[in-house]
Amino acid sequence: MNGLVYLKNVVTLELDQEKCNGCRMCTIVCPHAVFAIENKKAVIVNKDFCMECGACEKNCPENAISVRSGVGCAAGIINGILRGTEPTCDCSGPGSSCC
Amino acid sequence: MNTHFLTGTIIGVIPQVSTVWSSRDSWETIKIRWSVGRMDYKIEPGIYAIGQPAESSPVFVTANFKLSFDHVRRALNNMDAWLLVLDTKGINVWCAAGKGTFSTKELIRQINLVGLEKIVNHHKVIVPQLGAVGVSAHEIKKNTGFSVIYGPVRAEDIHEFMEAGMKATTEMRAVKFSTWDRLKLIPVELANGKKYLVLVPAIFLILSGLNRKGYSVDRAYQDGLRSVFILLIAYITGCGITPILLAWIPFRRFALKGLLTGWLAAFILAYFHFLGQGTIEIISWFLMIGSLSSFLAMTFTGTTTFTSLSGVQKEMKTAVPAQIGMAGLGVIAWIVSKFIAS
Repeated sequence: MNGLVYLKNVVTLELDQEKCNGCRMCTIVCPHAVFAIENKKAVIVNKDFCMECGACEKNCPENAISVRSGVGCAAGIINGILRGTEPTCDCSGPGSSCC
Repeated sequence: MNTHFLTGTIIGVIPQVSTVWSSRDSWETIKIRWSVGRMDYKIEPGIYAIGQPAESSPVFVTANFKLSFDHVRRALNNMDAWLLVLDTKGINVWCAAGKGTFSTKELIRQINLVGLEKIVNHHKVIVPQLGAVGVSAHEIKKNTGFSVIYGPVRAEDIHEFMEAGMKATTEMRAVKFSTWDRLKLIPVELANGKKYLVLVPAIFLILSGLNRKGYSVDRAYQDGLRSVFILLIAYITGCGITPILLAWIPFRRFALKGLLTGWLAAFILAYFHFLGQGTIEIISWFLMIGSLSSFLAMTFTGTTTFTSLSGVQKEMKTAVPAQIGMAGLGVIAWIVSKFIAS
């Protein structure tokens, strides 16, 4: 990660280990190695690395993971406030772009 | 639509694509990175052939953003494979997955639309790992019978991934954000503010003519050009220098990183007497450069690969009011300094 870690203790990631079937899918889809498997169950090992992308929640067949996913983008959040919607990446009209 | 990379057709109807970039592809990559007509480079969604694929050949899924498509086809050089291009409105895989266009629904739609089960005799599709933000593997399986195998994050690892029996190493699964990665993103960051790059300097140029005796065009010219130069430095500091040096600047909050680099730039400018002679003008510039650089650095959160929504919201709660306050005070102090100086 070459020192690039964001704020501590803010992410909304939760894992319900009771529901976990040990399929490892969360360890596959997570881009920041937040999960590991211990005793055939998923555990959160690097919570502060989580960027709330939501890939784990989406690919957990047992619905054991929950996270308030969204764009970690200041412009997107301002956009959401101005339009009264959720934070959104669509910061531009037709013909231009954002990310 | 772009079609210059097509080299023929397979089974009569499926277009075959080149795995080698032409000079035109390289030129278009540069243009896209500089945000020139970025959204004009879409690929027609559907199925494409790489090499001479057969029924048993692997199926790779990608987005219809030209940069994504180009990197995948180049990475598939010397392979026989199918490439299934989803309609993501010309947006890359990760962003499209976040926006919901690179989605479970769209993958199901394309699998059915192209009749994938008639083209291949296996039931596997290889989806880039970052597509997992929008695609639910078990939903795809349930609805189409196809298993989703998540490939590496970067297209350049595809060969190694295939040789390892469709297994990605931990290294291939991790998103990195190296100095080089950030450097490639600077052009688009700089180009983002183009709307304001004329307007704001113009306002400063005009206001620079104000003084105690009324208005002076000479003054507008002299002080105005100096102001425009200072603003440009603040702009480059916020959305160019700060992102490049991100890993080495202290603080976790981007707004603080930007404030620090902004003030460093202001110190250098002050040292060389660019910020004027009067104390009030110098203070006004510190406030304005600091807030501008801080704000621009904060917007870089949207480009990074590691900032969370909760984190950015937390940071903005204190940063935005501070930035607005500083900028407002700065502008007032700057105008006041015009009337105090002789």
